[in-house]
Amino acid sequence: MPHDHHDHDDPHALLPPEPALRVKALETILTKKGLIDPAALDEIIDAYQNRIGPRNGAMVVARAWSDPAFHAALMKDATEVVADLGFFGRQGEHIIAVENTDETHNMVVCTLCSCYPWPLLGIPPGWYKSDAYRARAVREPRKVLANFGVNLPPESSVRVWDSTAEVRYLVIPQRPTGTDGMDVDALAALVTRDSMIGTGLAKAPS
Amino acid sequence: MTAPEPVFTHPWHGQVFALTVHLNEAGYFAWPDWATRFSQTLATHGLAKELDGGDDYFTAWLETLETLLADLGQAAPADVEQMRAAWESAYLTTPHGDPVHLKT
Repeated sequence: MPHDHHDHDDPHALLPPEPALRVKALETILTKKGLIDPAALDEIIDAYQNRIGPRNGAMVVARAWSDPAFHAALMKDATEVVADLGFFGRQGEHIIAVENTDETHNMVVCTLCSCYPWPLLGIPPGWYKSDAYRARAVREPRKVLANFGVNLPPESSVRVWDSTAEVRYLVIPQRPTGTDGMDVDALAALVTRDSMIGTGLAKAPS
Repeated sequence: MTAPEPVFTHPWHGQVFALTVHLNEAGYFAWPDWATRFSQTLATHGLAKELDGGDDYFTAWLETLETLLADLGQAAPADVEQMRAAWESAYLTTPHGDPVHLKT
């Protein structure tokens, strides 16, 4: 592909990659037709780069660990509970919380594409969207977990939840030991993105 | 997981994502319909090679959006190609460092 690289002898502006030009073309056509507002596009990008991410989900998990009434409500109707916290819309229309225990470990995949609870976790990481994860999570979940460094005792069972465009899942990881008396903010710092997908565990307190 | 990963590894990933979300919220298509189409594109692309969830994922995303907009009658492929070429030409004829504008 010509002009892919920056050349300091090049007198003209740096040419974006081919797909970027195709996106610009769509944007220009739709803007000229008055179908889209370019400022709204910038706002969406900014929201996912800076405001909507796994910290939202971590707060939900930390509260579930700390507040039995919140925990009960979350397990009963996660959609309503997280909406009350302001985490709603855009792929958060129907959320189900699944809780890890000593007996059962939950992990989430989207075998068909990349459905994911955006309001709680933001945009999925590359591996979640890869063919390898999407194919293997259902077929050999224990091997996948081992690749992530999660080795479960053989007597525990693994449940794999396949997300759809209608239903998204949030894994509630087990609360680490040694965290008695920690407040919600300190607990939330232990809740990693991967622990809420089920490919990791919550961190131990340092 | 050590180093933080960028949300969008290339600006156009974010742009095509935002464009799709915006069109969905403006009511041009329902998200489940999008997911069905996108799943089909991913399955087709995945036949030729194993997709790594990076650039190839958003390439499939863009192709899905182009096809959807063509089917909806909002952006015909010939018009998109003409506009893409116009942008390319604008970049190639704008002195480095200057803002790039479409020549209309």
